[in-house]
Amino acid sequence: MKNWPLWEVFIRSKNGLEHRHCGSLHAADANMALENARDVYTRRMEGVSIWVVESKHVVASNPENSGELFEPAKDKVYRHPTFYDLPDEIKHM
Amino acid sequence: MSQKEINLLEDFEQKIKDDVKIEPKNWMPEKYRKTHIRQISQHAHSEIVGMLPEGNWVSRAPTLRRKVALLAKVQDEAGHGLYLYSAAETLGITRDELFEQLHSGKAKYSSIFNYPTVTWADIGAIGWLVDGAAIINQVMLTNTSYGPYARAMVRICKEESFHQRQGYEIMMTLCNGTEEQKEMAQDALNRWWWPSMMMFGPTDAESTHTAQSMEWKLKRKTNDELRQMFVDQTKPQADLIGLTIPDKDLKWNEERGKHDFGEIDWEEFWQVVKGHGPCNKERIAARVKAYDEGKWVRDAAMAYAEKQAQKEAATQPISKTA
Amino acid sequence: MKENLIKYILGIADNSLILGQRLSELCGHGPSLETDIALTNISLDLLGQTRSYFQYAAKLKGENTTEDDLAFLRKERQYLNALLVEQPNGDFAHTIVRQFLFDGFHLLFLEQLRTCADTQLAAIAEKSIKEVKYHFRFSSEWVKRLGDGTEESHEKMQVAINDLWIFTNELFLMTDAETAMHREGIGVDLESLRADYQEQISEIVEEATLQIPETKYWQKGGKQGIHSEQMGYILADMQYMQRAYPNMQW
Repeated sequence: MKNWPLWEVFIRSKNGLEHRHCGSLHAADANMALENARDVYTRRMEGVSIWVVESKHVVASNPENSGELFEPAKDKVYRHPTFYDLPDEIKHM
Repeated sequence: MSQKEINLLEDFEQKIKDDVKIEPKNWMPEKYRKTHIRQISQHAHSEIVGMLPEGNWVSRAPTLRRKVALLAKVQDEAGHGLYLYSAAETLGITRDELFEQLHSGKAKYSSIFNYPTVTWADIGAIGWLVDGAAIINQVMLTNTSYGPYARAMVRICKEESFHQRQGYEIMMTLCNGTEEQKEMAQDALNRWWWPSMMMFGPTDAESTHTAQSMEWKLKRKTNDELRQMFVDQTKPQADLIGLTIPDKDLKWNEERGKHDFGEIDWEEFWQVVKGHGPCNKERIAARVKAYDEGKWVRDAAMAYAEKQAQKEAATQPISKTA
Repeated sequence: MKENLIKYILGIADNSLILGQRLSELCGHGPSLETDIALTNISLDLLGQTRSYFQYAAKLKGENTTEDDLAFLRKERQYLNALLVEQPNGDFAHTIVRQFLFDGFHLLFLEQLRTCADTQLAAIAEKSIKEVKYHFRFSSEWVKRLGDGTEESHEKMQVAINDLWIFTNELFLMTDAETAMHREGIGVDLESLRADYQEQISEIVEEATLQIPETKYWQKGGKQGIHSEQMGYILADMQYMQRAYPNMQW
């Protein structure tokens, strides 16, 4: 018989914040994954909402392509506010 | 080695040098992967085997407050085992394969858990000494080079902070109690001190893995350095509650600014590591029993999940409007 | 009145204590790490409830009684839990079915208790109800999973239901203390829960493709302090420290 598949767990720690990946676990189905996530990852009031997704459904970028994926953003400094010179008198903009 | 491999290795080594974490999909030398599987799973096994000696006293805890605290602690250890197995799984091995290695005796776990918990004071001693020693090691590991392992350690360290306090509080209460209770505490310290010292592993001179582990920043301190930290940290804690560490050579060395301490009985260490400690057989037998007896449960849950998925597929309309 | 109230509270507390104790024996021995953690959470919930009830009962008793006196220093005949909760863990099917049969009752019971005239008890019930809702959801899921899982699991579950169903009737039999407390507007009318219990349990058992056995004879006694032979061992284990080292702080 097959083993319980692996699931990734995302927890919203409080309203207003995004769900963040906090770990993984094994479960036979989605319901069990949610319940296991509740029991494993929110024992200390860590969350108000849980997402689970079976690990095999996560599509990840390949680190071998990191160069073409992420390097081109490096020299686009004009996307950042510090690129622009302002007179000192203007404190907030 | 092809040019491509040389480039990958250089890139990997640069990451380690720059303290950039290695993540699961990053290229890594096969030996790095294997060493991590070994070390992380060994750590995971230690957590779940470690549940057994303490679990032994849950049903007999002397008060309700102690019972819930101990139960929550043992439960945390299951959680920590789970986090660590998950970290190991990112390296391309399944939890079942890791269990198989534990059950067959191929994989090791911390030898401390092969000692019996004889009295209630042992629960105090384990929390104080064993968790104390573990925390020193684990704090170092929050900074280890493999991302998933480091993240698991951060989580574990956060949760562990109550474990050692729980143990020390038990010892302190015993020391403030009757003569009989104090003797119980001293006896537990006598039995658990040296095994705790052994938890840091062989001396640096004898350790076969240390050099490589340091180079990869898997470990950032040597066994002997960590052991020294443990002694320096624990001695004043023992003094404070009036207990005596069972080492006649233990004394403050003004010059070093550290404690000197006696020789560890390495023969005993290797005997226990090789499977001949007081409880090795029981510990593995308990794990194997839980696993074997749980098989029908795990299988049934899988079968049910598959049936449900089929049912759902059969009732689903062909095109769904969101 | 006070004596009956204390007895009433002890009856509720003992169910949680003994079931919590039983579940705590399992920690480290379950079918997966995830289920170990889940069952331990249930155990911790139950022991937490136990403490609230005992602290209240201890206060009513006065004379410096503590929660631990009530938990550890009574004799066999003074524990008032139903027979169901003291049944051994057995295989995982028995553990789950025992939990399920109790949770179903526990939830209905607390829903009534939270409206009772005793504000302390109502407050404990209010807090516990959230925990027990989850317990019932958890155990129901597992009953379905194992009942409708494999042939082997189905068989094991049916055996467990056959073994444990005979203990369910006792949950609804009113003791003198319970009747007296009901008259005071504090105690729950257990008989009134019976139909809902039957319906809720049947629904899930049916979904799990299992059957509730035909029963003519029921087991009872725990609530009167007449326990199974299991109970002596539970107490020997649980009380060991307090009996071997009396009058000490831990």
